[in-house]
Amino acid sequence: MLAHRIIPCLDIDRGRVVKGVSFVDLRDAGDPAELARFYNEAGADELVFLDITASSDDRDTMVDVVRRVSSEVFIPLTVGGGLRSIDDIRRMLEAGADKISLNTAAINRPELIREAAAEFGSQCIVLAIDAKRVDGPAGVASEGERNLAAESPWRVFTHGGRNATALDAVKWAGYGAELGAGEILITSMDTDGQKTGYDLELLRAISDAVPIPVIASGGAGNLDHMYDALHEGRSDAVLAASIFHFGEYTVSEAKQYLSDRGLPVRPPAVGRTRTP
Amino acid sequence: MNEQEHRPRIVVINHQAANIHSVGKALERCGADVEITGSAAALSAADGAVLPGVGASDAAMRALEELGLVEPIREFVRSGRPLLSVCLGMQLLFPVSDEGQLPGLDLVGGRVVRFEFGKTDPGSPRLKVPHMGWNSIRFTAPDDERHPVFRGIPDGSYFYFVHSYHCVPSDASDVAAETEYGGPVCAAVVKGELIATQFHPEKSADLGLKIYANFVRHVAETAAARVA
Repeated sequence: MLAHRIIPCLDIDRGRVVKGVSFVDLRDAGDPAELARFYNEAGADELVFLDITASSDDRDTMVDVVRRVSSEVFIPLTVGGGLRSIDDIRRMLEAGADKISLNTAAINRPELIREAAAEFGSQCIVLAIDAKRVDGPAGVASEGERNLAAESPWRVFTHGGRNATALDAVKWAGYGAELGAGEILITSMDTDGQKTGYDLELLRAISDAVPIPVIASGGAGNLDHMYDALHEGRSDAVLAASIFHFGEYTVSEAKQYLSDRGLPVRPPAVGRTRTP
Repeated sequence: MNEQEHRPRIVVINHQAANIHSVGKALERCGADVEITGSAAALSAADGAVLPGVGASDAAMRALEELGLVEPIREFVRSGRPLLSVCLGMQLLFPVSDEGQLPGLDLVGGRVVRFEFGKTDPGSPRLKVPHMGWNSIRFTAPDDERHPVFRGIPDGSYFYFVHSYHCVPSDASDVAAETEYGGPVCAAVVKGELIATQFHPEKSADLGLKIYANFVRHVAETAAARVA
């Protein structure tokens, strides 16, 4: 039976792992390769590396990080942040990333999703969406014939939740899937960093709207929250950062908990074979 | 035999559409002498080969044709040397795929079909396509009757899958392992020294590396046996 995935997310700034609370107050939590090895041992099903390096001069650092990690850790690795072109994507895939995530670049030019999927296959294109509840007039958003203006409560945001677009998050997810994205990574900017649980309504709306897998992100504070995101929110996978990085729970504990509550997960490393 | 003394030469067939680097890194980690190449000459000189793959089948077949590799791959298999095909690589072994127009390598009988899931009960989540993530497999044979590449892998082990199409071998005895996704799905094929997995061993943590380690050892042993 297909297992729900647990995915630690590592925010990376100039080659070092950091994680902010609501994207402010960054705290250093270590070396990417070290953490990747640690999470692999702990039974993480995939890893997401989000490059939050501000300067494009430092982008090469991320390529090195990906190359180093993928030589040592043999689980799927998704890399996002600052990827704008087919060439950017190719560089990450050649360095050893299995998937790349697109966010702002896809909003600016949705055709990038189609082009990237045609070039590399849908399986390696993740559409990352930052969504936030907004009251008030929806504005206008369209792509060709397609009306993407907000109808649901959730609007797509860019720049870590600072800039609103007129895009409806649920419609944007659906459109992204049609263009060829293989997976949706949905982050609630309302719950991110709050540790009060994922936005279950948002997760459910997105999961019901797209035929591709959905990764829930933003708000994990305890293991109940993960259960809810997978069960009630109907997500296929949960992403979490700080609760793992600061040792509040291990990936193994999370899996045990979900398994005890009847959800299929890949068992944490038991009876593991020696790495050759 | 001592793996340190006999590092088998393994070619990773580079058709420009694959996650060749992770496959190469996994093989190196398991002690193989790895060459990532699109050269037919290198393939014909290799002790073993891996046909990796992600992406679209037509693009991969076109690349194999342009590199002049279609017949050399068939010849490699006829010579009895081990070929491990992964994911799209496994689908390319079949004569025909729903995904593309071009014929495949036609080394295993059957076809490649798309996952089609009809409407399920309202309120219940439908199965997503691609089939993406870790799924458990069960082998069709007990451990000691399996191909050496799959020995020591417990039934029920989880491996990482990403695919929208799946293989349906016409001869059920070619199926080495199955997984479950809206019904039984072929997860691995063995036909002589043709070994194939729908899942990605190079992305399946320790158990995946065990498959590569088994493959490297098996290639070394068959190479030594050929010399002897």
